[in-house]
Amino acid sequence: MAWFTEKPRAVARAHGARAGDRKGFFTDTSICIGCKACEVACKEWNRIPQHGNLQLLGSSYDNTGGLGANTWRHVAFIEQDAERIQTARESGRRLVDLGMPAVGPPARSAAPPSGARSALAANRTGPPSVFDEAAAGSTDTAPPDTDEFRWLMSSDVCKHCTHAGCLDVCPTGALFRTEFDTVVVQEDICNGCGTCVAGCPFGVIERREDGTIDAKSDRADSRYAQQIPNAGTANKCTLCYDRLVDGQTPACAQTCPTESIRFGDRRDVVAKANERVRELHAQGRTEARLYGANNNDGVGGTGSVFLLLDEPEVYGLPPDPQVPTAQLGKMYATAALAAVGMAAGALAAFLGGRR
Amino acid sequence: MSSSGYDRYRPPDPPRRRRLRTEGGQRRFRGARPDARGDGSREVPMVDDAQFSSYYGRHIVKAPPWDEKISTYMFLGGLAGGSGLLALGAQLTGRPHLRRNSRVAALLALGGGTVALVADLGRPERFHHMLRTFKPSSPMNLGSWLLGAFGTSIGIAAVNEIDRGTNSRLPLGPLRRLLRWLEAPAGVAGGIFAAPVASYTAVLLGDTAVPTWHASRDHLPYVFVSSAAMAAGGMAMVTTPVDQARPARVLAGMGVLGEGAALWLMRRAMHPAEREPLETGGPGRKMRYAERLALAGGLGALAAGRSRAIAAIGGCALLAASAFARFGMMEAGINSTKDPRHTIEPQKARLAQRRAAGVWDDSITTAGEPPASGQQSPGS
Repeated sequence: MAWFTEKPRAVARAHGARAGDRKGFFTDTSICIGCKACEVACKEWNRIPQHGNLQLLGSSYDNTGGLGANTWRHVAFIEQDAERIQTARESGRRLVDLGMPAVGPPARSAAPPSGARSALAANRTGPPSVFDEAAAGSTDTAPPDTDEFRWLMSSDVCKHCTHAGCLDVCPTGALFRTEFDTVVVQEDICNGCGTCVAGCPFGVIERREDGTIDAKSDRADSRYAQQIPNAGTANKCTLCYDRLVDGQTPACAQTCPTESIRFGDRRDVVAKANERVRELHAQGRTEARLYGANNNDGVGGTGSVFLLLDEPEVYGLPPDPQVPTAQLGKMYATAALAAVGMAAGALAAFLGGRR
Repeated sequence: MSSSGYDRYRPPDPPRRRRLRTEGGQRRFRGARPDARGDGSREVPMVDDAQFSSYYGRHIVKAPPWDEKISTYMFLGGLAGGSGLLALGAQLTGRPHLRRNSRVAALLALGGGTVALVADLGRPERFHHMLRTFKPSSPMNLGSWLLGAFGTSIGIAAVNEIDRGTNSRLPLGPLRRLLRWLEAPAGVAGGIFAAPVASYTAVLLGDTAVPTWHASRDHLPYVFVSSAAMAAGGMAMVTTPVDQARPARVLAGMGVLGEGAALWLMRRAMHPAEREPLETGGPGRKMRYAERLALAGGLGALAAGRSRAIAAIGGCALLAASAFARFGMMEAGINSTKDPRHTIEPQKARLAQRRAAGVWDDSITTAGEPPASGQQSPGS
């Protein structure tokens, strides 16, 4: 009953001669340093108004909280203890065993007994930090504390799904599929109905409200006063559509100092992602896994692919997202049946009531 | 786990029940239960112990920016749809009072609902953009067209009624003859579009990533048409003399039974974490009010043949029951987005279920592909 979801690439091909290869991001969280340069570059380039009133969330170094109308790149920050590292490694190993039985972790990375923290240092399963990446093959220069805890940093962004829930349910056609197979809102069309917000299984798109928590009258005099463009419409990452048409790299990927965010043809970035995850597995870091690279998943694969070091929900990503529209045919059929039932009920009420 | 010599000076952490906060700043929920949240409800534990991490307990799926205005619209839209059906029945069986009252009720409800719908938009001045395209993949778009068609037909029928009621004082001029000529066909068209208007809002909610709404998709249309039948029947019981309102009472009674059954089936089919927002807090209270009022209204409908007063009271109870159910359903969905548990637990469960059934290749999380096979998906 998938009649109502888009055929992959069909719309992008309809752009004709302009149609390019599908573009995408590969966000390698294993080398993200949490500098948030992507957030800043995104805000600068897209002129996104400020989110809230510079309040601190008080839970971590992340004070943006999540993606939204005014946050199109969001750097998650998670601190984990040894137990959590162990759990992540184990869950990743199960995924490896499940996905490709032939390619297990190499023999030197024998699994440490679960729960035995003290044994962890002895059973060092490969280089634990990004610094070793640079010094691959040389002596172990990892800081001695990385087995006790780690910081996960991940730059989240719109997934630009193959089957985009937001685009499917948009009643005005404001959301459209570009020639690069990305999903973009036309701000002059959107009437702010908010259906796309509920349609996104990742919680990315959001309706832009006033932009700050101040009342408008207060804000006019405040030093945070600013023009809020496109208030009341849905907003999200455009994968820098305006830069793509000029052959440029999106602002976040351009600015990323560690190349944690890579941009390119989706085919190429997925190949890079697979290469990278193999590399990490070879180092015994079985916690590494890909998110969104599978074209059979509930959204038909995502344009933005991630390499994660723990379960997706740890980063605030859904573990099994599905585009709601996949069920739409069945839902329409149910609604039609219900409507027929109601009409039949009314018929019975009148026929039975005839006096 | 201590990493500093000073840790021993720190007093021991007080023991916590169920909700633990690890050093990593991640909350681990051990089967968080409604009673553990201190909201005063005394529900029995419904969710098995499940462990997962979330990103500081923040939501994953976003709630749409919908509030009481959309709930009001869903109630009024249902009332309009049901009244449209009653009006057609009355038109065909010669019940002028029921026909007039139902047509006017449908027009007023639809007008009010449309105003609420437009007021809820972020850019109300662009409401007509809903009709700049025809897009069946969007229930909101299809609904807008339905609403337009139903509103036009029932509007023509109702304007005729109002014109007759005011002894042709409406300034219609030469249009009056055209309107009179269109009245019967418009009433029939209104009756045809009426039931879809009552049921499409269920698809609007079902076709979202909001856990409780999406999980209700197989049963919600039945709940909503029953609720609409209840509301329209109730409205006719209030406005129409008992001798003409018998079909309205029967329709309302069927609505009460239908809604009760559909709600029961809907809850049973849901994952406990998706069901919980329907049974706890404000939405849970509203759903319980809805059920009790529906029961009271249904009993009232049984006895309403004898007394106009009973009919009016029962009708009001039915209207209130329908409104409570719509508000409860709307708010339960919004609440289900607030705690990531409602998103994560059902998703992990269905993923595990598919894996248990031998489907390995449709997870969004993969271990990557082996080097040799280029585009082959993992696990295949």
